[in-house]
Amino acid sequence: MRYLPLTAVERLDMLAKIGAASMDDLFVGIPADKRLPGLMELPAGRGECDVERLLNGLSAQNKAAGDVPFFVGAGAYRHHIPASVDHLIQRSEFLTSYTPYQPEIAQGTLQYLFEFQTQVALLTGMEVANASMYDGSTATGEAVLMAHRLTRRSKSVLSGTLHPHYRAVVETLSHMAGDHVEALAPAIAGRSEDILAAIDADTSCVVVQSPSFYGEIIDLRPIATKAHSVGALLIAVVSEAVSFGLVESPGQLGADIVVAEGQSIGNSLNFGGPYVGLFATRQKFVRQMPGRLCGETVDADGRRGFVLTLSTREQHIRRDKATSNICTNSGLCCLAFTIHMALLGETGLKRLARLNHAHAVRLADMLRDVKGVEVLNHSFFNEFTLRVPGDAATLVEALAQAGVLAGVPVSRLEPECPHLNDLLLVASSEMNSDDDRHRLVAAMKKVLA
Amino acid sequence: MNSEGGPTALSQTTSIRPARTFTANRALQQEEGLLFEIGRLDVTGVDLEEPAAFVPRLGGLERAGAIGLPGLSEPEAMRHYVRLSQKNYGIDSGLFPLGSCTMKHNPRLNEKMARLPGFADIHPLQPQSTVPGALALMEMLSHWLIEMTGMNAVALSPKAGAHGELCGMMAIKAALAARGEHERQVVLVPDSAHGTNPATAALIGFSVRSVPAGADGMVRADAVKAALDGDVAAIMLTNPNTCGLFEAEIVAIAEAVHEAGAYFYCDGANFNAIVGKARPGDLGVDAMHINLHKTFSTPHGGGGPGAGPVVLSAALAPFAPAPYLRRDGWGLRLVEDSAREGDHAPFGRLTAFHGQMGMYVRALSYMLSHGANGMKQASEDAVLNANYIRAGLSDLLSQPFGDQPCMHEVLFDDAWLKGTGLTTLDIAKALIDEGYHPMTIYFPLVAHGAMLIEPTESESKLSLDLFIATMRDLALAVKAGEKERFLSAPRLSPRRRLDETRAARQPVLRWKPRAPLPQAND
Repeated sequence: MRYLPLTAVERLDMLAKIGAASMDDLFVGIPADKRLPGLMELPAGRGECDVERLLNGLSAQNKAAGDVPFFVGAGAYRHHIPASVDHLIQRSEFLTSYTPYQPEIAQGTLQYLFEFQTQVALLTGMEVANASMYDGSTATGEAVLMAHRLTRRSKSVLSGTLHPHYRAVVETLSHMAGDHVEALAPAIAGRSEDILAAIDADTSCVVVQSPSFYGEIIDLRPIATKAHSVGALLIAVVSEAVSFGLVESPGQLGADIVVAEGQSIGNSLNFGGPYVGLFATRQKFVRQMPGRLCGETVDADGRRGFVLTLSTREQHIRRDKATSNICTNSGLCCLAFTIHMALLGETGLKRLARLNHAHAVRLADMLRDVKGVEVLNHSFFNEFTLRVPGDAATLVEALAQAGVLAGVPVSRLEPECPHLNDLLLVASSEMNSDDDRHRLVAAMKKVLA
Repeated sequence: MNSEGGPTALSQTTSIRPARTFTANRALQQEEGLLFEIGRLDVTGVDLEEPAAFVPRLGGLERAGAIGLPGLSEPEAMRHYVRLSQKNYGIDSGLFPLGSCTMKHNPRLNEKMARLPGFADIHPLQPQSTVPGALALMEMLSHWLIEMTGMNAVALSPKAGAHGELCGMMAIKAALAARGEHERQVVLVPDSAHGTNPATAALIGFSVRSVPAGADGMVRADAVKAALDGDVAAIMLTNPNTCGLFEAEIVAIAEAVHEAGAYFYCDGANFNAIVGKARPGDLGVDAMHINLHKTFSTPHGGGGPGAGPVVLSAALAPFAPAPYLRRDGWGLRLVEDSAREGDHAPFGRLTAFHGQMGMYVRALSYMLSHGANGMKQASEDAVLNANYIRAGLSDLLSQPFGDQPCMHEVLFDDAWLKGTGLTTLDIAKALIDEGYHPMTIYFPLVAHGAMLIEPTESESKLSLDLFIATMRDLALAVKAGEKERFLSAPRLSPRRRLDETRAARQPVLRWKPRAPLPQAND
């Protein structure tokens, strides 16, 4: 087996040094009647060539986004990733290292985490950020738990702007922890929801997504004001990180905790994971923050260096009193985010965001020509909601057969809301050409005719 | 997993004068400033067109001020991050014997496969009819995991080991609720457990009752029985345990737990020792997470991303969260909502979308490459290598539970350091100077000054021989009273011991423009 260095002769030699007669002697700790007698009922090992053939075959059965006009978003976005990003994250010393528990030989990881934390704090308009979470949805769940610890209350109010999967994650976690959730009805684009009325003296936090799941950009200021007036916290959720380049930061608008999905910077779609959750908050809340934190210090020679810090919040020290059970961050995805963001810089990020918005505006205008189709949004960044004649899921399927991946039918995420069956989320980015847009519009006209 | 016990302070570390250079570089070791010190706001390494004039529709919420994000040109970015990478130690750099973490070789075939466009460039919400190969891959991975563990079902979506623990414990909570037994609020956790176990239980409202380990490092069925009562929901037990031992009474423990109406959660962090040798399902386990980044070689990546699928017994399978795979009259599909469907009553949803697909591809690539024969051999080699290190060091180092065969990792304590003025931490730091990543230290908590060594199956005999010789040299130096070699270590790494106390007392968690830092003492 190509990954196993020991030879049969070496194994025998080693067994002799150990004083074991056979390999079985080393497994005597397993009760005899529980030891597998032969091999598992699974295929035998294969050479690299065979494995490639098999997996290439499975890969080829899927319609890759790059092969078709592609407008799918709803929390995961396809942007161009500079070639240097993937090269750098595959450097052995990044790829094959562990959590930086031995900081003397992990300054590479620690320094990029420090850079990442600074970038995230700047983008979100907050004072501090952690070294990343699994993804945007789990970061949202952790933010709600953190708000409960800070306010010593246990009711969260979830706006209808929130991604339905994120809502489900918060509901599951809260249900299991015995906390209360008040989830508002889906706030479809173009309509306002009365979230202020849902915030009361029992409210620990209110969770609002902007741009919303439906693409609408939400003014967080009145919500922050109301939340703060009753001692509650505002958790702002962003599921498209590129929007930070153009939309006012949640921190500026009064958010107390900002969580975001960072996938769209530096990371591929990957059918949903791995992604990278961003988590930022105010300095005064840092000791209730979940997840790893990297901090600056000095070494024995007085030189600047970095370490993981404030670990007395964490499970390996505090065990059942920890702020979270989390034991990992999203290291390589976080590195990809950091490098892509460093390449973009302020100039590049703002231009990328403008380009996305411009593409989406153009597409929204073009879609007005399709009979029966209506753009519902008052405002949007790079994704908006269409009302289509008939069932959106059927339309998307028909368009897929016609070679266009048109977007996400809302019914896929809200199966229990039949009144939303005619809604379709459409995203457009710098990856779409004019030709892509024309093909979408033409295919839609044809299918709807 | 690792725990350093207390923070490192600098009082005991001797300062030494480094070879002075004008740049502070040392040949291949280059000092590198922060992105914020070398980048500029008006530089970008990405060429993008400026869009033609258009009317924005941002609802008046356009960003007003500057963000403050510096940019780098591509050559600057390459150099910056390559230099940073050179300050890291990885598996590809050398032996990485971090106990409980299974730092095995990361095959590059896996990386290549995960980047195929049919896996990397597909969206989780594009129509399922356009991704049959992705669903087939998830089904194939599920089959392998179920077969290897002898369990009934698998929930793929957890994003890491601790997330898998959460998934398993939520399934247990849902199963108890379905039985109407809401009064079961206690989870038994042995003292030797990973910190994530009690933290997970507490996160969803369980209280933790600890179970002491026996004098031999094992959990005794009698101790479990004594702790069991009608309030107990589950036990969380790691097997092989964190002392590197297969729990001898695991079957009796499982029976006692089930008899008391509770469930058996197994922490699968150490599954690498027993793949192809024993199956958790045959031992009475109800739920176990599998760290794809440990046993199945997906890269640790400096701390993630991980993946923690959870295998489930027949009793818990109906409660697995959404999404889950179903093969029926419509063929293979992913059920994405958590409404009850037939016999399936999902407890909810753990994450957006479908989990860590990129890790599924890598793990399956590993499994296909090894096959049933290769995985069994890998477990045997992992155990052989750990025992070879044990045999090579047992006369000089001390073992908390006597010299007995171990599984894939060998545990030493600090009794052999008694009276020398040196600690486990000093040994770890001296290993850095010798070109090794240290072992796991101060974990598990049941061994005083623990040193937990897991070489994995990826090491050659030559590599093990050199490591053993190095450890012996260090041990002899300790006995010879060469304190300075340890107290001043590491001397040769990119940074020497770092002041963790200062980092925690005056947290600096992000860059801010400010006066230059104090310079080195020379």
